[in-house]
Amino acid sequence: MLKILKYSFFDLMRSRWSYVYFAFYLLLGVVLLFLNNDLSKAIITLMNIIIILVPLIGTVFGVMYYYNSKEFTELLLAQPLKRSSIFLGQYLGVALSLSMSLILGLGIPFVIYGLFKSNAIWDFSLLLLIGGFLSLIFTALAFNITLSNDNKIKGVGYAILLWLFLAIIYDGIFLMSLILLEAYPLDKLSLAGTMLNPIDLSRILILLKLDISALLGYTGAVFKQFFGTGLGLIVSFLMLITWVAAPLARIIYVCKRKDF
Amino acid sequence: MKHYRIHYILLALTILSVRGYSQNLQVCNGCHISSIKQAIAMANDHDSILVKQGTYKEYGILVDKPVTIVGENYPIIDGELKGEIITVVSDSVTVEGLHIMNVGTSYTEDYAAIRIKKSKHFVVENMVLENLFFGIYLEKSNFGKIAHNKIIGDAIQEYNSGNGIQLWYSNYVDVEHNYIKQVRDGIYLEFSDHCKIKNNVSEANLRYGLHFMFSNHDLYEDNTFRNNGAGVAVMFSKHIKMFNNSFKENWGTASYGMLLKEINDSEIIGNSFEENTTGIHIEGSNRIRYRNNDFVKNGWAIKVRGACYDNQFLENNFLYNSFDISYNSNVNDNRFDRNYWSNYTGYDLNKDGIGDVPHRPVKLFSYVVNRTPETIILLRSLFIDIIDFSEKVSPVFTPDNLLDNNPLIKRL
Repeated sequence: MLKILKYSFFDLMRSRWSYVYFAFYLLLGVVLLFLNNDLSKAIITLMNIIIILVPLIGTVFGVMYYYNSKEFTELLLAQPLKRSSIFLGQYLGVALSLSMSLILGLGIPFVIYGLFKSNAIWDFSLLLLIGGFLSLIFTALAFNITLSNDNKIKGVGYAILLWLFLAIIYDGIFLMSLILLEAYPLDKLSLAGTMLNPIDLSRILILLKLDISALLGYTGAVFKQFFGTGLGLIVSFLMLITWVAAPLARIIYVCKRKDF
Repeated sequence: MKHYRIHYILLALTILSVRGYSQNLQVCNGCHISSIKQAIAMANDHDSILVKQGTYKEYGILVDKPVTIVGENYPIIDGELKGEIITVVSDSVTVEGLHIMNVGTSYTEDYAAIRIKKSKHFVVENMVLENLFFGIYLEKSNFGKIAHNKIIGDAIQEYNSGNGIQLWYSNYVDVEHNYIKQVRDGIYLEFSDHCKIKNNVSEANLRYGLHFMFSNHDLYEDNTFRNNGAGVAVMFSKHIKMFNNSFKENWGTASYGMLLKEINDSEIIGNSFEENTTGIHIEGSNRIRYRNNDFVKNGWAIKVRGACYDNQFLENNFLYNSFDISYNSNVNDNRFDRNYWSNYTGYDLNKDGIGDVPHRPVKLFSYVVNRTPETIILLRSLFIDIIDFSEKVSPVFTPDNLLDNNPLIKRL
């Protein structure tokens, strides 16, 4: 598996798209710092961008990579190699190279700007951690889509639909259902609804940092316990880990049974 | 000879009377006078009583003559939780430099460390009050000064705790440079007009940092109210001036930087509201001018409830609040002009420092959150940004005349 990981990783490192992705984040970091002149404000803006962009790039990149390297995958499948290690190796190669572009692209301008001397370092670490998690989650989801769809057009379509659903449509449905059910106690429903969407989950982690004063404005006891203590942070991270583990389990399950 | 004798007698009398006029009584543990009560009983009008360092177990000290009581190196007056400690019933009394502790708690009487009753021209200065029920309690007392006191309570529950500084029917009182911590209400005013509350710090109180009702023509300047159970409440008063105060970190569901209820014709200028759940909560308040205030990182900078007319919000900074303004109806009779909004998205082509596009500070989402509070969990979601944007283009739910026509490009 490690060998395949290494191969995928370096293959991607050599590819143009990794550089474009890296350059994009580098530019974003530099421009934000240049315009804001303020580390913590730049971090707030970045958080908003990251929870939307990283999933989009993760899904599209994952789908593209799988379809492009399909022939090579089939070649590997002919070798005496474990199927799970082939796919996991490829998956990790993509996800890690995406995370690396993100971390380096954003990290370099912030470090140059004096991150280590400021107290924004924890916020920034949280930002990178969330970015990393989102890369892992959405690449895994992308691999799930491609393993179930051999048709390239269909696969890409589903991937974009998935992103659109989780980033925008889900929140719309969520909001409507909260308003429709407003006569009932909604604390638990709203928290559960958040947990079921990795983008919302990341948003909550950010809210815990940024808007804690607004979140505490709501009377619910469940909310208060969740947001007012470390519980919110712990539960959110556990859910993020589950969100990585569950699609991975399905990758292993499907690839073992799939007829290539 | 006889002539001389008369002269001597007169001289002696003069000396005696001068001595009598500014007699200085000393109180210390091993002295001839070993308690403050004893000293007051022996003192004449306008005497001063010097209390030396030591511990005095006394309570129910009644000051019924115009005397000055001064503590040297903060002598401790321990009430042993038996009741009220000092009660002043005379005009022109000065109490300073004492360390008073262990005031009794009662459910029928408001025991205070120092109570001033129907007196004028009093001064309470440099006191340290600890383990108390009520701290300094003014009752129908006018023209006084409460300054440089440190009041540290240990209140845990509202029903069995008292207020730090309480003014009741007391006019023309200056309350300055006091530090008040962990009591029920830090500073409480009721029916007290023309008072000046300046440079005080009131923090970690169970209920309000500052609480006033039915008190008109008062001035509040340079105070800091931090981390109080419910922030600051200002109710049923007129002609109030609040300048350069700072309201910080009042977190909780019913916690406000400042709660205004039925306040009319007042001025709120140069204050800063930082990291409160609600910066200012306004209800039934008319003709108030808000100027040069900073609202930074609050959940809601300003929450406007019913019956608020003709208020003016001019030249304030709204920085990184989750919601800048929230209304619960779509009627607006208040004016917003020349404010700086950190989430203003317009441009300034003619470079005059004023945005060319009017700013709409009320978001649709704040309306939704008003209706269904749980939706707060969708804050900063892309979907919410999209519906906010569409509401901005054509307002339906939010007041359509609520605009800042001259939003500033740079913060003030």
